[in-house]
Amino acid sequence: MTAPATSRAGGPGGSSSRASRAAAGHVLAALGTVRDPELDEPITTLGFVTSCTVSAGGDARVRLRLPTYFCAPNFAFLMVADAYDAVSAVPGVRSTVVVLEDHFASDAINGGVAAQAGFAASFDGEAVSELHGLRADFLRKAVMAGTDQVCRPLLAAGATRDTLLAMTLGEVPASAALDRLRQRRAELGLPAGPGAPLLIDPATGERIREEAAPVHLRRARATRIGIEANSSICRGMLRHRYGSAGLGQAQEQERNAP
Amino acid sequence: MYEKNGEKYFVVDGHLHYWNAAPDNWVPGAEQYAKGWIECFHAYMGLGPPETHWPLEHFQKYSEDDLMKDVFENGYVDVAVFQPTYLKEWYKEGFNTTERNALMGEKHPGKFVYNTRWDPRDGDEGLDVLRRNVARFGSTGCKLYTAEWNNGSRGWKLTDPGAYRYLEACQELGIKNIHVHKGPTIWPLDKDAFDVADVDHAATDFPDLNFIVEHVGLPRIEDFCFMATQEPNVYAGLAVVIGGLMHARPRFFAKVMGELLFWVGEDKMLFGSDYAIWEPKWQIEGFVDWEMPATEEFADYPRLGVAGKKKILGLNAAKLYGIEVPAEFRLPAEAGTPAAQDDAQLVAGA
Repeated sequence: MTAPATSRAGGPGGSSSRASRAAAGHVLAALGTVRDPELDEPITTLGFVTSCTVSAGGDARVRLRLPTYFCAPNFAFLMVADAYDAVSAVPGVRSTVVVLEDHFASDAINGGVAAQAGFAASFDGEAVSELHGLRADFLRKAVMAGTDQVCRPLLAAGATRDTLLAMTLGEVPASAALDRLRQRRAELGLPAGPGAPLLIDPATGERIREEAAPVHLRRARATRIGIEANSSICRGMLRHRYGSAGLGQAQEQERNAP
Repeated sequence: MYEKNGEKYFVVDGHLHYWNAAPDNWVPGAEQYAKGWIECFHAYMGLGPPETHWPLEHFQKYSEDDLMKDVFENGYVDVAVFQPTYLKEWYKEGFNTTERNALMGEKHPGKFVYNTRWDPRDGDEGLDVLRRNVARFGSTGCKLYTAEWNNGSRGWKLTDPGAYRYLEACQELGIKNIHVHKGPTIWPLDKDAFDVADVDHAATDFPDLNFIVEHVGLPRIEDFCFMATQEPNVYAGLAVVIGGLMHARPRFFAKVMGELLFWVGEDKMLFGSDYAIWEPKWQIEGFVDWEMPATEEFADYPRLGVAGKKKILGLNAAKLYGIEVPAEFRLPAEAGTPAAQDDAQLVAGA
């Protein structure tokens, strides 16, 4: 039996274990595309991935963790299912097992994802539909938060509300925040091309009217702060619960972070 | 009572508990949930200053003396509002019941307000219990936990027809204050359990009741703020905001406070320590010392002055619960301006 290689610790030398380590790196990169839908951040940088191994034969094994035993089961299911899909799509991966540990609904989630059963079947009698609506609701929040991320530097640089109202995405200087906003809008099927207005209603895709702009921008800011504060609490809880970094975890910059 | 720089603050702790989450109270077969719940609470304590952390064993079950010392003797609190959380599927005698709170509190007259609770899934029997609790403990408020597990059901919403029967009963029984605490599960499970839209509907349909949304709707602060702006009878319970952010994440604390001051306003925000998750002492001291940072990033948030802090730490809750405030702690008439009014108009006009 070949010892599995984790992407963190090096195993014994040899070409097959080197290949396994490379494969584990690809799997970890794939996990970096999976986001916590509530926090709109990759599960890797949040510290949710505890291990990731690929055997010489291409069997991928991933272990995930969350900040609390009672994190919402619907979001947890989405993350495990998305992780399963992302890992399965990595070239050379023959089988995939993703296990969420230390969660009250671990068994239902892990079993449901492994069986590709969908959410409603995995939580039989407790859910009436799949999670597409929930995911879309939170993508719309991500669009609002992203609007603040893009607009705040523009306002600081002297743009007025009227300037923002008239602006298209193509007129906004390039930035990571802009790419992210465009990507989230595209995922929702909202206008995301260079000619699309910067300020749109994330429910309808309609351009924001002048009189609605003050509240729209305020809501965008409140949404961003809500998500960021939530993310900050989740990081603190995760650190208290486990005290060790996850694979690919990024540290938060803030004074007094415990 | 807390005094700083010649200013005297009357303190009402709007949210605290006297729980027993030790293994002797765990329901056989549900130990993992009882253990998971208290360990999750204990992790929240980890967000406070290190010198205030307790070992898990003490956190699971603290004594009456501990509470009286931490909350009243060292913690500056004048009157404390018990918010029960039952969780009887996991804890044999309940986690923190109306009875447990009141039996302890009766030995300390004038110190406590005994809120009770209800669960719409308990039907007629639950209505009888509610009536008995009001008669026996004089409850004028309720704490509702929507994610409670009950007989195979994982939760409920305030708009469920059964819940409206209870809200009507509250009005008849003289209950004024409904504290809503959202948790991670409801029925159906594919919806967002933390959504506050049901509170919005209930607040509109029961204008004579006050709805205090605990931990300001976290993790849905933005939805809560937008809703609270439009509903005159919706209030922000600050439990978790001060305890969970003020020490660990001061910049986020300032931003969340800024949002609350803008959308909700200082007249509708209530301090709650969430003891025993966090002791009130450091929260009150830190809150009185706190000021909105002067940097550009925070420039368009309202400021919070001494009058606003007095309201949030006690005067607002005293008004909701009819607690007599000695003259030396009161504000002169017209002190402070009712914030958020212009903003409410802004939103209503949008």
